[in-house]
Amino acid sequence: MSRSEPILKVENITKSFGSAEILKGVGLELPKGAIKILIGPSGGGKSTLLQCLNCLVTPDSGTIWFNGGVVNIQKSKELYAFRQQVGMIFQDFNLFDHLTALDNIIIALCKVKKMSKQQARERAMTELDQVGLGDKGHLYPAELSGGQKQRVAIARALAMDPKVLLLDEPTSALDPELVGEVVAVIRSLAHKGMTMIMATHQISLIRNLADEILFMKDGLIAERGTPDELLGKGCGTLSQGFCDKLNEIAGEES
Amino acid sequence: MLESLSVIKDALPYLLKGSFATGVIVVGAMLIGLALGLLMACGMVYGRKWVRLVVGFYIWFFQGVPVLVLLFLFYFGLFNFLGLNFTAITAVTIVLGMTTAAYQANIFRGAMLSIPQGQFKAANALGMSNVQAITNIILPQVLRISIPAWSNEFSIILKDSALAFVIGAPEIMARTQFVASRTYQHLPLYITAGLIYFVLTWSGVKGLRALENKVRIPGYSHQGN
Amino acid sequence: MDDMAFFRELVTGLNRGLLMSVMLIIPSALGGLIIGIVAGALRAFGNSLVIRIGDGYAALFRGTPLVVQLFVLYFGLPNVGIYLTPYWAAVTGFMLCSGAYQSEYVRGALLSIKRNQYLGAQALGFTRLQTIFWVIIPQAMRRALPGCGNEIIYLIKYSSLAYIVTFMELTGEGKTIATEYFRFTEVFLVIGFYYLILVSVAKIILRKTEKALEVPGFGSV
Ligand SMILES: Nc1ncnc2c1ncn2[C@@H]1O[C@H](COP(=O)(O)OP(=O)(O)O)[C@@H](O)[C@H]1O
Ligand SMILES: [Mg+2]
Repeated sequence: MSRSEPILKVENITKSFGSAEILKGVGLELPKGAIKILIGPSGGGKSTLLQCLNCLVTPDSGTIWFNGGVVNIQKSKELYAFRQQVGMIFQDFNLFDHLTALDNIIIALCKVKKMSKQQARERAMTELDQVGLGDKGHLYPAELSGGQKQRVAIARALAMDPKVLLLDEPTSALDPELVGEVVAVIRSLAHKGMTMIMATHQISLIRNLADEILFMKDGLIAERGTPDELLGKGCGTLSQGFCDKLNEIAGEES
Repeated sequence: MLESLSVIKDALPYLLKGSFATGVIVVGAMLIGLALGLLMACGMVYGRKWVRLVVGFYIWFFQGVPVLVLLFLFYFGLFNFLGLNFTAITAVTIVLGMTTAAYQANIFRGAMLSIPQGQFKAANALGMSNVQAITNIILPQVLRISIPAWSNEFSIILKDSALAFVIGAPEIMARTQFVASRTYQHLPLYITAGLIYFVLTWSGVKGLRALENKVRIPGYSHQGN
Repeated sequence: MDDMAFFRELVTGLNRGLLMSVMLIIPSALGGLIIGIVAGALRAFGNSLVIRIGDGYAALFRGTPLVVQLFVLYFGLPNVGIYLTPYWAAVTGFMLCSGAYQSEYVRGALLSIKRNQYLGAQALGFTRLQTIFWVIIPQAMRRALPGCGNEIIYLIKYSSLAYIVTFMELTGEGKTIATEYFRFTEVFLVIGFYYLILVSVAKIILRKTEKALEVPGFGSV
């Protein structure tokens, strides 16, 4: 366990949609540079939890700490400022359809960070270069492949200089042959020490990147531990059973 | 026949000057409709229950009462009652604007609902406020998608503006009526008026189609997806 | 006392006008629908000359204001010796104008039916006429219904234009009373309410019909 002060910490998050209790009191800590990976069956509440972390979904109860202070999510100013520092990557990219790749990045820099158009443009170019799309800035989302869209989405999030990155199944909507390019970008982020929490079923990411695996089921974290603890031979954990199944599927596909 | 032609030739400049008033009415009404319609659409999609109820009532009322009745109601009734001394042109512009707002609200609402929710979330995730997300992300797309329906609304309002003469606004129709009552050449004059409206409608629709093509997003087909 | 007399006169006048409005709307709607179906079918399946004529008719009546059309019929035609009563001028104008719009929906609906439907019917040995009656019309009708119904709702509201060619229907009766008593706001609010009821009833009937004809998975697009 890392001793350093967590950048993002949540405690006892609950959320219901109607009568269905989706999160039943979840807590976690993200120390600087940590990479935590959420796995578990679909419908277990991973997306809901990730969206509660930056209050895209407002939790019913629970506390969020950021950089040591409690985030007052009732105050919209504070909430917007908090979200600027927490990047998010979605399963289906959510690029703004009416803007070019470059403008997708520029718009938040200009409107949220109030950068000058020129500065924003330079920054956006740098980020696009970083994800290998320096020559695609003028294209619109509809003209990009899935993998390229996701890389633009990552560049867009990184341009905001987030302290933490939330990734919700970043490769799940991609055709198999496009997964690699996005995985490579995520890996390089990991090597640069980005703090991340990611829901994913991508077995290569789970094994190699995770400092800690959180297995979510029915709105609770059912298991947590390092990959070695949870995925070692013959552990008999839920996580291992789950990953074995993922491996089988991956095996069938390739 | 020859007499008709000479009447038309003499009257044409006078009638065409009426298209200035018609233009003011139509452009003004469409802009009022745009502003009010967008506001109401936002209210319907993102607003609280009471907002949705108020907007729903407004739309029900303005879509259910004939324009002619609305003109009489506001020009002779409500505007006077409220002590507002509008000229006929201003009154027509406002009434047509309020009417088209009811229809435009539904157009924009449909467009808003067709934009994937995720883009709103992504905007929020980047730190945009709800207002910023709506103005920077949702509206630019909504406006593009809405151009064809908006152009249809334009052609309806242009034709409805011909009713302005009933309260004495000096537009194309009123001028035609004036000349017809002097010359008794009703048939050729009203046909001429019809042709002027036809040309105006046609040019407006063509212009809006050009705009639609100009702001089209490459590779993005709204129907297909 | 005065109020009582006013409201009694208002209600009797408006009810008389309502009856007249209904007598305008029903034949105009039926006539418009028939014209629309015929013109729509011709525009969809006719030879190029017929299509051009049909398109011209639709463009002309959709591109000019209804009130101009009414003026041509009522004030214009006497110039060439044709005199229409206010009622017939209004009904003729409404039918022709409504028919132009209806033909647009009918045409669109007919053209939207996919080729494989014709092929399927032919493969089963349907004659041309049988195909049209048992396959094409049932589908096209459902596609065209929302647009055509909406057009009838527009017609209900535009029937108020008959007042301009001096036919005393709802709006005309109301205007007379409003002018007499100089009480515009109340009178026109009540008239508006009459139209709201007409339009709302028509909307309910339209929705019920759509529901009744609904076929699962057969979208309007
Ligand atoms: N906005 C919502 N309204 C109602 N139910 C929702 C909503 N979002 C998620 N859910 C429900 O919450 C449960 C958990 O969903 P989710 O967090 O997406 O799980 P996961 O990402 O682990 O697959 C699902 O059963 C889903 O139907
Ligand atoms: Mg999910």
